[in-house]
Amino acid sequence: MKVLAIDTSNFVMGIALVEDEIVKGEMITNLKKNHSVRVMPAIQSLLAECDVSPKELDLIVVAKGPGSYTGVRIGVTIAKTLAWALNIPLAGVSSLEVLAANAKYFDGFISPLFDARRGQIYTGLYKYHEELLEAVEQDQILLSKDWARKLKEKNEKVLFIGSDYELHKEILTEELRELAVFAPPSLQLPRPSELALLGMRKEPENIHSFVPNYIRLAEAEAKWLEQQQK
Amino acid sequence: MKDIYILGIETSCDETAAAVVKNGREMISNVVASQIESHKRFGGVVPEIASRHHVEQITLVLEEAMRQANISFAELDAIAVTEGPGLVGALLIGVNAAKALAFAHHLPLVGVHHIAGHIYANRLVTEMKFPLLSLVVSGGHTELVYMKEHGVFEVIGETRDDAAGEAYDKVARTLNLPYPGGPHIDRLAHEGKPTIDLPRAWLEEDSYDFSFSGLKSAVINTLHNAKQRGETIDPKDMAASFQASVVEVLVTKTVKAAKEYGIRQVLLAGGVAANKGLREELEKQFAELKDVELVIPPLSLCTDNAAMIAAAGTVLFEKGKFATMALNGNPSLELK
Ligand SMILES: [Zn+2]
Repeated sequence: MKVLAIDTSNFVMGIALVEDEIVKGEMITNLKKNHSVRVMPAIQSLLAECDVSPKELDLIVVAKGPGSYTGVRIGVTIAKTLAWALNIPLAGVSSLEVLAANAKYFDGFISPLFDARRGQIYTGLYKYHEELLEAVEQDQILLSKDWARKLKEKNEKVLFIGSDYELHKEILTEELRELAVFAPPSLQLPRPSELALLGMRKEPENIHSFVPNYIRLAEAEAKWLEQQQK
Repeated sequence: MKDIYILGIETSCDETAAAVVKNGREMISNVVASQIESHKRFGGVVPEIASRHHVEQITLVLEEAMRQANISFAELDAIAVTEGPGLVGALLIGVNAAKALAFAHHLPLVGVHHIAGHIYANRLVTEMKFPLLSLVVSGGHTELVYMKEHGVFEVIGETRDDAAGEAYDKVARTLNLPYPGGPHIDRLAHEGKPTIDLPRAWLEEDSYDFSFSGLKSAVINTLHNAKQRGETIDPKDMAASFQASVVEVLVTKTVKAAKEYGIRQVLLAGGVAANKGLREELEKQFAELKDVELVIPPLSLCTDNAAMIAAAGTVLFEKGKFATMALNGNPSLELK
């Protein structure tokens, strides 16, 4: 079973080819460059390097958000179109869950996070249970300050993971003190090989109706709904 | 010679579209999913919402276009996609879907300029005769494009401020007409009389450029002043007067350029080509120019669609002008 995984939900771009639980190839960059220009060439060169043609693929896995709206859309559009064109299944995995998978050997809660501006973060709460990653709190957007308070009530160690934590480290530490643990730089980037492996365990999506998990409504839509309620 | 089948994709604004075209001239399928109902409540196209709808629609539209054409990927010769101009987030959906398709099935990829597409919509109606002139009028464009051969475009005139379609939408808003305003003004104009004196922006003697912002302001000021004096202006007459000004400038400049450049064929292109007032006046003026053929495509080919992209893409395909997997959406792509 040959699996292609694609993650363009944030600055990190990740592509992996996994074959029967063996990671054949993986490419990760953490650059402020244009995904639209770079992803397809990256997929093309990785598959060529691994001597795999697109028609040999059996499954496409994509990070479905949250993250940058445009970034997530690029990955999801490519994944949907590839799966449809090749007539193979498509699996979607939370972009936060992929990041949490880096903390396999941490005994405690895992809080993967991406900055969401104005003091907010996209985050969720995960935990490993018998080698399987489980979601304890669903993916959400909230002020890092409010998140820290929520976590404090659980009174257990929490590993924060994701390079954006630097922006919120002070707030998190202030509230959680020694309960807050921060992942090292080598574990900050979501790994597309983890994405592939997580995706292999998910139910396949309906390709046509599959869309990113933006978490938030488009701003215009939110304002419009607000006005309707008045 | 072998037939050429090209799948076109268009997502530059608020229509998700896919189509299959044979030899650049014959439409085999043409599927358009319009988002207009969703954007109506905002009084205009919201880019983020447009992008979201494109992701929802893209594979559905592709599947329907392939199904209606009753064609397999193995029978296709290339994928053509709108590269720009347009809303960047919207363009990116079509471009990345096109790249994924081209990659999955080892097909050449062609990047098409949206306006080239509008012009080539005419080739789905009748063969092009060079040199030709195209009047492109839409929500985002007002241009006179000269072509001496296939795939080579020279913009001889363009708007210096608002596009004609933009002026229509703004005037419609002033007259409290629903979005999109163009068709409403066209309808009202036919019921009213052009009795109000509005300016015509001719610009310099030898210029084929356009300007509609002065006209738009004149409409707003005239309505405002009348209101202050306690007078009422019939919106029908205002619509008729506004449309008369727009149409007169567009048609006069087109006729003048057609004569100066020794044009054999004039092609109308873009969404505003649906405007009855514009169609009628062009037909009237060009009836007198015996050597020039006027082509006005049917409504469904004037508004955004992918058949026009496939048609324009066919010419690039024949010239071997292929894009790479690094193709990007370019919101301000120039027509060359
Ligand atoms: Zn258009």
